[in-house]
Formats: sequence, structure tokens, C-alpha cells
Amino acid sequence: MSEEAVQLTRKDLTSDQEVRWCPGCGDYAILKGVQNALAGLGIPREQMVVVSGIGCAARFPYYMETYGFHSIHGRSPAVATGVKMANPDLHVWLVGGDGDMMSIGGNHLIHILRRNLDVTILLFNNRIYGLTKGQFSPTSGLGVLTKSSPMGSIDPAFDPIGLALGAGGTFVARTVDLWGKHLEATVAAAHAHKGTALIEILQNCIIFNDGTFDPAVGKKARDENSIELVHGEPLVFGTDRNKGIRLNGTRLEVVELGDGVSEDDLMRHDAHDDSAIVPHLMATMQYPDFPVPTGIFRQVDRPTYEQSMEEQVHMAQLRSEGKKPDLGALFNQGDTWVVS
Amino acid sequence: MSTEPPSPTSAPIEQVSSVVIRFAGDSGDGVQLTGNQFTKTSALVGNDISTLPDFPAEIRAPAGTLFGVSGFQLQFGATEIRTPGDTPDVLVAFNPAALKVNIDRLRKGGLVIVNTAAFSTRNLQKAGYESNPLEDDTLSAWQLVKVDITKMTREALKDAPIKTKDKDRAKNLFALGMVYFLYDRPLDHTVNWLEGKFSKKPDIAAANVKALKTGYYYAETAEVFRSTYSVPEAPIKAGTYRNVTGNLATAMGLVAAAQVADINLFLGSYPITPASDLLHALANMRAHGVRTLQAEDEIAAVCSAIGASYAGNLGVCSTSGPGLALKGEAMGLALMVELPMVVVDVQRGGPSTGLPTKTEQSDLLIALYGRNGESPLPVIAARSPADCFDAAYEAVRITIKYRTPVLLLTDGYLANGSEPWRIPDPASLPGIDPNFLTEPEGFQPYARDPETLARPWVKPGTPHMEHRVGGLEKDDLTGNVSYDPVNHHKMCGLRRDKVLRIQNDMPPLEVVGEQSGDLLLIGWGGTHGAITTAVESARAAGKSVSSVHLRHLHPLHPDLGDLIRRFDKVLVPELNFGQLLKVLRAEYLVDAHGLHKMAGQPFTVTELEQAIEATLYGEA
Ligand code: SF4
Repeated sequence: MSEEAVQLTRKDLTSDQEVRWCPGCGDYAILKGVQNALAGLGIPREQMVVVSGIGCAARFPYYMETYGFHSIHGRSPAVATGVKMANPDLHVWLVGGDGDMMSIGGNHLIHILRRNLDVTILLFNNRIYGLTKGQFSPTSGLGVLTKSSPMGSIDPAFDPIGLALGAGGTFVARTVDLWGKHLEATVAAAHAHKGTALIEILQNCIIFNDGTFDPAVGKKARDENSIELVHGEPLVFGTDRNKGIRLNGTRLEVVELGDGVSEDDLMRHDAHDDSAIVPHLMATMQYPDFPVPTGIFRQVDRPTYEQSMEEQVHMAQLRSEGKKPDLGALFNQGDTWVVS
Repeated sequence: MSTEPPSPTSAPIEQVSSVVIRFAGDSGDGVQLTGNQFTKTSALVGNDISTLPDFPAEIRAPAGTLFGVSGFQLQFGATEIRTPGDTPDVLVAFNPAALKVNIDRLRKGGLVIVNTAAFSTRNLQKAGYESNPLEDDTLSAWQLVKVDITKMTREALKDAPIKTKDKDRAKNLFALGMVYFLYDRPLDHTVNWLEGKFSKKPDIAAANVKALKTGYYYAETAEVFRSTYSVPEAPIKAGTYRNVTGNLATAMGLVAAAQVADINLFLGSYPITPASDLLHALANMRAHGVRTLQAEDEIAAVCSAIGASYAGNLGVCSTSGPGLALKGEAMGLALMVELPMVVVDVQRGGPSTGLPTKTEQSDLLIALYGRNGESPLPVIAARSPADCFDAAYEAVRITIKYRTPVLLLTDGYLANGSEPWRIPDPASLPGIDPNFLTEPEGFQPYARDPETLARPWVKPGTPHMEHRVGGLEKDDLTGNVSYDPVNHHKMCGLRRDKVLRIQNDMPPLEVVGEQSGDLLLIGWGGTHGAITTAVESARAAGKSVSSVHLRHLHPLHPDLGDLIRRFDKVLVPELNFGQLLKVLRAEYLVDAHGLHKMAGQPFTVTELEQAIEATLYGEA
């Protein structure tokens, strides 16, 4: 299908539905950033489909003036798989929280990544269950006090990036709800990627888990405590760009630049290597021992699932000139006999 | 080499109208292949036929054990054949275990053909025989034909340039050759089939053909059988036929309907016995635009089908009982978003993992009610292997016309069983119009067709009609999320009424027998053949008995209540503890009685005949 580049504005992508997230929720900023990013893609909005599961984040499709499907808890990857396989021309986004995508929907998440369907997954990670009012989530981590863990959670946390890489994700990135330009650029890069793109968006739940990411990525901390991954570049960070990440044996370590340590000694990011070893190493960096990595961890090219399927259909139809053969051919396969 | 059978022998030829044969042995004995070949040959000579394979749950159970016995039963005849038969006339037992498991079903006086080589001390022990039944009077009620099939096959193939293992594997063809002689069948079909199948291994093909012919000639020259039989052609409606299993017929019905509707079929499926052959069949139909997803689990399978329907394909999923239980929430979503989808449940023995390879009709209530909330869905059932085509086609017609997911019930007996299918002319198939809405003027996602109450189907990609759907309650017309109590009551009623509207285009009920009388049998699904046969035999004996077999389980046929009231008694035979019975009693306040069987096996005609007697004349 040929698509004339269309120029949309954020308003074109805003539905008439009242937004019902709590005032101050990080979701507002994400909605704005995603609308801006999608408006700039040059594709008509009828080609856009937003699919979600259940949870605060999953209300997202109602606020987008695109085609949208608010499905059931955890199953958005499965629904989106059907949508994309049925019509590969559509541009599909999945929206869900950490509980939706990594707990009840964990199985579907790893399998959509494995298959490499050409869609973008926006995983809003707020490390808590919001819509059910404040239970710990699969990203909360040990010791967290919540209504369902009054003595502290004994559930270790999942790392969304590590999980996505482990499942064979071909595009894996991290951004932050309030980092407008960064978020928009990441969403645009994910869309440009042919294959499953997963973006972990660190999102603040002002009601049940306020400020959980602030020490690492909040306004004051961002420069000092996060590190932007750029393919081929050395891992430098800090407000004064005076710190870096060095590989020591099989482990990463934080080093100060100067005093005999130069940028040449630092680890360089490699997002495109076939093996995901470097992205996996990056994913091991956790605040406060390390700065929090943001940006694109991995981006490699692989055949997409729906294109592989289309090729099979094409092959199967070679003998019938690209069309469905007559049904008579199907019915009369095998041994037939005539009764007169 | 000529494939003509030799000229008839001096053994007397008796003419019979129908015969039941059961082949039984280890999974590795080629029992299914033997049965399938006999089936096809018999169909080609013009008999009507019905088959039932009977597999063990284990793929290759230990050789010689009772639980590892695989069977294939078929009935063929010169009249209309509706079931694979109650009591075999012939049992071909490849080992002692197969004899032990099946001998009691054999008609007294029937023929037992055994491979004596398999009756070793060890095999006898494994089958639990204390002494060799071939040498004592265990089998005195039957005609025993003892043949050292293994030795004779080896002897026949002693010069064949193939391994001994492969020679021994040809013994089922030796046995098949004997049975072909017994029933005066030609060998050509099987010879051609073997030559095609082993076209890359001509030595194997030649050896198998030789084994087949040697078995045939041996039966003839050694005068193994007291008489031979001929089964004349059945009076079958003119047309082109092929043999189909229920699963294959279901797959073709779905694909045909999608192609007539000019949309692509998408199947989301997770492998499960006995539905997997549907996935296999559809995966083979890519040329017809079929996309299949072997999903990561049952829930993903149904959700992907919903997504595909949303995007304008015909979403389908195939499963069996345990899978259906997992799909409940998603089916509720499909009925809430009011999109087409067909869910095929090939029922098997339950509950839980139950009896995966055995048949049952115990998913009716979960099909009707197994979802949260008020969630009515159309439920339809197939009655025979070939009828699976029509049932699948009907499921697609309903799902597209009424924009509601439809549940199609088949069962293991239909899915694996086979019968001749009269191949329809594609041009004669009824039209199906998906009627996608592309006109944005006045578009409301939940506005309804006044006749069907169906909402519009709008494909993403259609300009100026962007809208949102989902599982939260919808506002009437706009489809926006609504928590309004009055609206919720209204929407639940609309979803219920929409499904009830399907009654408006049901064809008249087909009643076997009179429209009123002493006793009405009401059946559904795979029991059709046995019920009809039993009712016809009761009617031939002068009894006032009729039967009706339900295609639609929800909504029920609008004339069913009136029909029921015209009979004194109602009997509902089901392979469950009375699931349709409950529905009928609730729906019509009728004092119907049930006949229940939970054995993993279909009803026998005899069981139904006895139940008819008992119901008519009181429990003796
Ligand atoms: S509960 Fe938390 S995540 Fe949910 S809308 Fe409110 S602030 Fe946002």
C-alpha cells in the first residue's frame, strides 16, 4: 500500500474522551509524548492501531484518535499478533504496565519478542499495581512495603530490559515519562525499526509509588545518575562528563576519568552486534551502584514474523497466480470416486 | 505386474448387507493404515462406510501391553451406514493383548484372525493370559483363523533387498490381503497407494505390494475361510465422493466459508488432542489465504483470533475441553466487542485432562454458560464426520451475519472418524457477505442492524472511522465506555436478543418419523448415527418413536417446544450426565428423561434400542 506522507498534529491524535488518570500521573506526559511522536511519523491515523490490556496504562487507546482495542488483562501481545498478521500494513502499538505485561501477560510478552512481529511495545513501568490500588508488582523488588506485602515483599524483581533481551528482543530501549524529547525520539526510533520494539518507560505513579525513579532520573538527578547509551560511543556520564563505565573481567565498574583513565579505556556501547552480550551487560547496571542506562540497548535486523508468513502464503499461491485457488481444487484432493 | 485379483475360488460366496471389521494391534503394527486402506477400497467399490479409529493416549506405548492396543473399526454395507457398528463380525488381532482387549465385543460366531507368531509366552504374559487362548477353549464361541503371518510374510519377502525389520513391518499388508479376499475387494487401490507413498523407495513399495498379494493368494489357495462374502453397492446419491474425517471436513468448511465471504481465515491454535489435526489441516491450506499461528498457549490462541477478526479476517480457534476452559474470559471479550470468531471445541473425555483420546459430549454446559457475566453465545454441533463441513460453514455464516463469536462443538469420535463426503459444487455454497462498513457518514460503532441487531464491522485502515473497542461495558450506539446502570441492563438485553434472532433463519426441524407419537428422542452431536439407526429399527418394529437431532444448541429451534409437546415421552441420550436434558427441562418444563453414558465410547445401537424399550414400556 502506498502511503502519502501526511502531516498530523498532536490534536489530530487526541480523542474526545476525558482523560481519567490521577492528576499528576506520569501517564499524561507519556500520552503527550506519544501523540507528538506519532503525529510526526507521516502516516495517516487510520493506519494506526493501539492495543492494550488492563491497568491504568491500558486506558491509553481511549485517548488516542486512532483505531484502538482495550482488551483483557495481559493479552495485548496476543491480540496485536492477530491484528498484525491479519493486516501487515497497519502500524501497531501495544501499551501496558508492568503487571499487565510482565505478570499476567509475561508469557505473551516473551513470545511476541521471540517471533519479532513488527509492532512497538510501550511498557509503562511504575513498579506497582495502580488500578487495583497498590499491591507490589513484578518490578517492585524485595522488601517493598505495600498493602499485599505488609512485612515487605519477598518477590525478587524482574528487569524488563533483561527480560526483553533474553527473549530475543530486536529493539530494546528505555526512556522516562517526563523526558519529553527523549521519549519522542525513542518512540520514533522504535517505529522505524522493523520488528518488535520494546520501550520500557519509567513512569511515576503519584498515588501509590511516588518518586520511585526520582533519585536516578528525576530533574536534579538525571545528569549525574543516568547514562545515555549511544551505539559506538564510550560510556561517559556525570554532570561534568567526568565518569565512565569500564569492563573489568566480566563485570562493569564505575571509574573517574583523568588520572590515567581516558575514554579509550571505557566500554563502548554496541547495540547492533548479533550477540546481545553488550546490551545484556548494560542491563545489569542498576541504581544506586551504577547510573541507570537509558536509550537504545539493542537494535538488530531479523525477518519479521508477519512477513515470513506472507512469504509462505505467496509461495503457496505461486501455482494459482497469487490468488486463492478454486475451492473445487481443495475439495477434490486425495482419492475421489464417482457414484452415478 | 497385473493388479487384477485372481478368478473367484470354489469357496461359497455369501451376500451380506453390512459388515463390521475391527483391526487391532500395537501402535507400531500399522493398524490405522490397514483400516484406512480397507475403508478407501470399500468406498471405491461403492459401499457406504463409517469408521472409528481408537488410539491409546500414549504415542508408542510399550509393545504388547493391554493399554497400548490401537484399534480401527469400520462398518461398510450395501445400505446407509451411520455408525462404525456395535459388534464386529471380524477381528484381526495382531497380538495377544489386541485379542484380549477386543474379543468380548466380537459377535458370537464371528471370525478371529490372529498372527500366531505374536503369541509368544512373553506376549501372553503381558496380555495377562495364563495359557495360550489359541490352544484351549477360550475362543470356542468364535471361528478362529490361525495364521503365522510373520513367518509367511518373511518367506514371501525372503529375496526382497530390504532389512528384516522392514519385511516384518509388511505383515499388516499380508493380513489386509487376506481380508480383501474374504470380502471380495480389489487390490488396485492399495497397490497404487503403496507405489505412490514409497515412490522414492521402490524396494519397500514392491515388498509391501508382494505381502498384500501373498496374503490374498494365501487366503484363496489355502481355503482359509469357510466362505467368502460379497457386499453389494449401497444406494448412494449420485456425485463425486471422498472420504473425510471430521477434523478435515471442519477445516474445509471453515476455509470454504471464508473464501465465499472473500476474507482471509486466521487460525490461532495451541496443539491439543483431539483438535490438533484441525491445526495441521489448516496449516496446509495457505494457498487459500489461511494464516495459522501456533500460539504460546490457549489464551493467546483465542486472543490472536479476536485481533485478526478485529482487523478484518475471519478469526478461528480450535481446541478441546481443557483449552475451552482457558478461553472463557477472551470469549467474553469477543462477545462484548461483537466481532465474528469461530471457536471449535473437539470434545474429549473430561474433567481436567480426563481421557484425551476418547470421546464425550460433556462440554455442552461450559459452551453454553462457561463465561463470567451474562454472556450468551450461539452454540452449534456437528452430527457426523462429513456433516462437520456443513456445521463449520453454518458457524461462519452465523458469526459473520450476527457479529458474535460462535462455538462449534464436534467430538473425538467425529474428529477422527470418517465417512464418505459428497463433494459440493463450490458454486452451490450459500453466499456470505462480511458487509464491512466504509461509510463514515453517521457512523456509530454500536448502532445496530434492525433485523439482526448486528453492529457494523469496520476494518482498521478505513479512513475517518477511527474508534475504540474493548471489554468495558459499552454505551449503546457510541460504544464509549459506560458505567450507567440503565445502559448496562439495556446492553445485556441487546446481546441476548441478538443471539436469539438467529432463530429467524433456521431451516425447519428435521424429524425422523412422525411429528407426534409415544416417544421422541432428542439428540445432538455425534450420537446422530446411533440414535437414527435405533429409531428406524424401532419404527420398523411398529413402535411409535421419532427423533430429532439438534444442530443449534443455542438458541434452540423455535419449533422445538411445540414438537416436544406432541409426544407422550421424551428421551435425551447424551454422552454426559444429562446436560442437554437440563436445558430442555428448564426451557420447556418438560419431564424428559436422559440416557447417560460416560465410558469414552459412543453409544451402541443396542444400548439405544434397549433404552427405547425401557422408556416406552417402563423400566422392567
Ligand atoms: S494509580 Fe498511579 S498509575 Fe494509576 S492513574 Fe493514578 S497515578 Fe497513574
